[in-house]
Amino acid sequence: MPVQFPKHLKPIEPQGTALLQQERNNATFNSNDLTQFIYGDDYLKSKNRILQILQADPILGDKSHRYYNGRDVRFKKSLAAANRLVELTRIHEWNDQEFGIAEFLFDEPSPFRLHRSMFMPTLANQGTEAQKKLYLEPAIRHEIIGCYAQTELGHGSNVRGLETTATYQPETQTFVFNSPTLTSSKWWIGGLGVAANHAIVMARLISQDKDHGPHPFVVQIRNLENHEPLEGVIVGDIGPKFGFNTVDNGFILFKDFHVPHIGFLARYSSIDKATGEYKTPPNSKLAYGTMVFVRANIVLESRVVLARAATIAIRYSAVRSQGSNTSDPKKITAPDGSMKTVETPVLDYTMQQYRLFPIIAQAYACHFTGQEMHRMYYENQAKMERGDYSYLADLHASSSGLKSLTTTLAVNAIEDCRRACGGHGFSLFSGLGQFYQDYLPKVTWEGDNYLLTQQTSRYLLKTLRSIRLGKISQKNSTFSSSYISEYLSNPQAKCPFNSVQDLNNPEALVSAFKFRAAFLIDKAVHAIDVDQISWNDMLVDIYRISRAHCQLLMVSNFVQAVFNNKKPGNLGPVLQRVAILFCLSTLDQEAADFLTSGYLAPEQAMMVKQHLIQIIKTIRPDVVALVDAFDFPDYLLNSALGENNGDVYEKMVAMTEKEPMNQFKVADGYQEFIRPLIHKGKDNWKLDKNGIARL
Amino acid sequence: MSFNNNVATKFPNLKPRGPGGEALLNAERAKTSFDIKELSKFMYTEEWLIKMNNVLQVISNEPAFDKSNRYYQSRTDKIATGLWKDKRMIELAREHMWDEQDTRLANFLYDQSTPFSLHYGMFIPTLMSQTTNEQKKLFLEPALKHKIIGCYAQTELGHGSNVQGLETTATYIPETNEFEIHSPTLTASKWWIGGLGKAANHAIVMARLITDGKDLGPHPFCVQIRSLEDHRPLHGITVGDIGPKFGFNATDNGFIMFDHYRVPHVSFLAKYSQVKPSTGEYSKPPNAKLSYGTMVYVRANIVMGVRYALAKATTIAIRYSTIRQQFVDAANPKKWDNQVIETPVLDYTMQQYRLLPIVASAYACFFTGREMLRLYDLNQEAMQQGNFNLLADLHASSSGLKSLTTTMAVESIEECRRACGGHGYSNFSGLGQFYQDYLPNVTWEGDNYILTQQTARYLLKTFRNVVAGKAEPSEYNQTITYLTQYLENPTSKCPATKPTDFLNPELILSAFGFRAAFGIAKLAEQIDRHGRTWNSMLVEISRISKAHCQFMLVRNFVVTLQNDPSLSTPQFKPIVNVLKTLAYLFALHTMEKELSEFLLSGYLSPEQSAMLKEQVISLLEQVRPQAVGLVDAFALPDYYLHSALGRYDGRVYESMTKMAEAEPLNHTLVVDGYEEYIKPFIHQNKDKTAPSKL
Repeated sequence: MPVQFPKHLKPIEPQGTALLQQERNNATFNSNDLTQFIYGDDYLKSKNRILQILQADPILGDKSHRYYNGRDVRFKKSLAAANRLVELTRIHEWNDQEFGIAEFLFDEPSPFRLHRSMFMPTLANQGTEAQKKLYLEPAIRHEIIGCYAQTELGHGSNVRGLETTATYQPETQTFVFNSPTLTSSKWWIGGLGVAANHAIVMARLISQDKDHGPHPFVVQIRNLENHEPLEGVIVGDIGPKFGFNTVDNGFILFKDFHVPHIGFLARYSSIDKATGEYKTPPNSKLAYGTMVFVRANIVLESRVVLARAATIAIRYSAVRSQGSNTSDPKKITAPDGSMKTVETPVLDYTMQQYRLFPIIAQAYACHFTGQEMHRMYYENQAKMERGDYSYLADLHASSSGLKSLTTTLAVNAIEDCRRACGGHGFSLFSGLGQFYQDYLPKVTWEGDNYLLTQQTSRYLLKTLRSIRLGKISQKNSTFSSSYISEYLSNPQAKCPFNSVQDLNNPEALVSAFKFRAAFLIDKAVHAIDVDQISWNDMLVDIYRISRAHCQLLMVSNFVQAVFNNKKPGNLGPVLQRVAILFCLSTLDQEAADFLTSGYLAPEQAMMVKQHLIQIIKTIRPDVVALVDAFDFPDYLLNSALGENNGDVYEKMVAMTEKEPMNQFKVADGYQEFIRPLIHKGKDNWKLDKNGIARL
Repeated sequence: MSFNNNVATKFPNLKPRGPGGEALLNAERAKTSFDIKELSKFMYTEEWLIKMNNVLQVISNEPAFDKSNRYYQSRTDKIATGLWKDKRMIELAREHMWDEQDTRLANFLYDQSTPFSLHYGMFIPTLMSQTTNEQKKLFLEPALKHKIIGCYAQTELGHGSNVQGLETTATYIPETNEFEIHSPTLTASKWWIGGLGKAANHAIVMARLITDGKDLGPHPFCVQIRSLEDHRPLHGITVGDIGPKFGFNATDNGFIMFDHYRVPHVSFLAKYSQVKPSTGEYSKPPNAKLSYGTMVYVRANIVMGVRYALAKATTIAIRYSTIRQQFVDAANPKKWDNQVIETPVLDYTMQQYRLLPIVASAYACFFTGREMLRLYDLNQEAMQQGNFNLLADLHASSSGLKSLTTTMAVESIEECRRACGGHGYSNFSGLGQFYQDYLPNVTWEGDNYILTQQTARYLLKTFRNVVAGKAEPSEYNQTITYLTQYLENPTSKCPATKPTDFLNPELILSAFGFRAAFGIAKLAEQIDRHGRTWNSMLVEISRISKAHCQFMLVRNFVVTLQNDPSLSTPQFKPIVNVLKTLAYLFALHTMEKELSEFLLSGYLSPEQSAMLKEQVISLLEQVRPQAVGLVDAFALPDYYLHSALGRYDGRVYESMTKMAEAEPLNHTLVVDGYEEYIKPFIHQNKDKTAPSKL
């Protein structure tokens, strides 16, 4: 018999719904205006249309099983969902953007995920026309399902270290695949474990006894008839993970496995069928352009992750009450009209504000930087088509660092928000636990977040050296080169902040970030070029440089976007406050760098700290509206704490009733493991008036 | 299907690319400059290590203690497995005549909280400390023999840290000499109660005592909740499990609601306060400062527990980082048998910077935990002689140290997991579930943010006393000492003129003392002179608690190495040398992490901070060759680590593949669900494609 909570009981007053309503009434702007401003009308229309379809769908509409089941059940449901998403895409003729929205709202990594995001794009980019016809067309129809097999058990970020070999045999006109060691087993490959029947495999191409390093091949790995793994491959799932357990990350090993000549993806390099002669690829910078686009999308995704975590934590903090703030107690009107002191919502405590509000600001910062990256991407593509590559290096370097910075911000924010939800944050019903677990790989894939910063910093150090050598002119100057030049022209500059008023001056704040980034770059160049310190010993500084540069970009983009143009409705003032909050909280967090550079004096840093708290207070009335503006449907959040109407406790209770262990009064295991202990004491039991045995 | 699908996937008999993990780890161990076993003995005592090995021998052969399914089980399986372990533990303790320490060791090694954990952790201790003799006989004796199983029900759905806000009531009914326990609202439901969901038949319930129409606030009651006969929940009670959690899923955290549920008068735990039968007259507890002493003990043990958590995380991450190789460091290529191999990631400064300070912090927690236990004993003695002088400082520091060190632990576990790269994300790393299970430590036994307010309140009070000349410096009260020094010279400056100047215990302690005192002085100024509210200063409040406790951690580490007589013998010299380097690394890395506060106080100059950074990097280089020895010295057995990456023998890849073979999805060739969800797509245009190949 399932356990049920008494239906007549309500939570203690005041109710969450009323508290959230009060918050919304206090906002200084209309959150719908901000929603429109963030997403635009077209996107919102598509999103709402797709949301209706998903919510009504018998397979995708129900997420209620997600938090309770073991991997076996979750995986099978995930496979069913993957199948259903393909069907719906066909039925509604969704384009890529619409499919992306559906995937975002459904919000569970799928076994077919890599088929769409890596297998097909690789075929499209690296396949010849013949290969596209043979592989890409059936892939689009899902007649083959693929994955992308690059990393190996012993080899991650360093692609050149891969061990799997593909040796060309002219006699059979096949490539023979082998996994020479245990560490050469492909590992972590999403979709490979049990779902895919094809894989792009990165293997060392060996022909005419020469090792040409890793190249991509399309390889069939399972029988199309019955899905049985083919002879010569050993394939399976790599087992349970911290998150992502609805995906079958897999491994594969090859033993004398023959792949036909056409399996070698030959758009950029080729092997002569008869002789095995290898032709080298022409160097193409165009690919770097695409990476900028991918990373701009990652930054925009970081925005959504930050905002989603903040939505849950902010709404719940407006409802969750604890203790009483004696200097400003929370009061409500009792039914008899009298004022009654109630516990204070935790959102009114400065510490909670200090923990959460900067996360909201980071979400908006990512929004404006992502948009700017998109704009720059298109501008750069246009330039490159005219043969002008002057933007590329700067854009690529910045995008590497921004991927690293914003995804790191996002994972930290989810966990900070989860902890800021107190005890209930630890319940999966918070919607933050699995979210963190599933989002985490982002800091590793698409470029490890630590390694990426080396690319960014390498470029920045090079820029400073070029300036010193006089190689940068007005014509080829970039954002980076101009702030570095500015610094070099006056490395003793001091921060002009005299009063709190100055701390509201966006230009002055941007200048501080410029100085600090350039200072770090200059110091590192000196250490490497003059003091002869090795790159390895500089890695900690290298990481900081990239971080400083990218924080500057975010600060600058945010300030540009909200201080220079008129915003619809009364959005201007609130966005400007959020921008200042972002600048100050980042500055405060990184104060050591600013102080070390000598630009900021200790008294000024103290002023920043004090003003930060003041800015936080000015944002306080708007915080619920600021997260509401991101317009995340409850279907996405799947959170008892963060849903739109604030019925936190009713939702907790309803989700608890669904716990499988609550479907029976007595637990599995009682008979064997508890009863024998308890019944040993039977002699001392006394029956009470209702016949219950008691001590 | 035209083939036998029930074929388990097996890896071929291949070796990892050389050099193997075993060889790499042995090379590391050969570099160690000190006797690893001696260091283990110093930390644990030889007796403890022998005990641990004996217990390990027993449980590693017990099916109920087998961990091989741990990463694959669903929640329901976990609870059932946990119950099995709980029962078997009781039998083993009898069979082997284990004392309390043996049982604790077994639980430590098993390393997973189970349904009975709170029976031992809270139910029994509460019955010991808050009951009359009659109640001990009635409840405690059967509890000790497991004839009843209990839990401790305090927090509610709507109420956590603020005990005064609890809603559950216990109203005394003089007519029947009973208490009526009742949940007036939904938010009054007890929530998060470990062991309550499925296992317990009794609970200590914290409920507002109401007698004679008066609400006397929360008090403890011992309440039967399930039938002793068949475990069915009793009438008037709604009880169950609160559902899946981020971690701790082998424990049945539960909820309970009472509907006018009657319990006899004897249920009210009456050691400190009483309700007179029939009149319901309430008598107040005498004020007991003694219980603060106990909290110090609990928190000293939490700090020691943090040491284990840090030790476990770093053992895994350090060992794996010497085996995992990535790229070739061009400036300093790693050679093996005269061949250039990829560079082990621990040779990269960034990896050292991420991991070695965590190793140092594990040792820091060891020395601080030890010092706290010593002071606890001193204080207990003093209190028995009516001397309460030590108590306030000890209690305040212990609150802040619980907060600081458990926060360090969770952050470090996750940092170690991420420092393991991709494989850190596999549950086989042993770091994922570990993080998830460890997390509640930052919330329970005092929420980490709220605790800092206790510490800060004491620090402010002490500051005001020092200013008023009312505080006596004492060797047991470092707070007064550093505050006095600061007030004597509030503009003093760090004397360092070159990086190595930082390798000086006096300089380090002065710096940490100055920084803590500066923060306290500023906060006092804001509150006392500018009239700022407590709420508006909460950020600074948590900062001064942190600053004070970092001072304590640094001091206990540095000073012990100078003064501990057991370390002064010549054979300890190599160990002391390494520990000193480690203490410097801990101190200076902490200083660097908190650099802005040192700069803000004007104590450190920008030029000095550059020297400090340089010195940190140089200390990393010195600690690097000792890294494996330092984690080996924690003597954590493989059974405890349960990690493919952190094994003592370094067989990382062999272990990863072996664990992958155990994945249930690999026990068939074709996945369940293929027929319904994959085949229809693949077969849709079958005619156009060749039978089995494109």
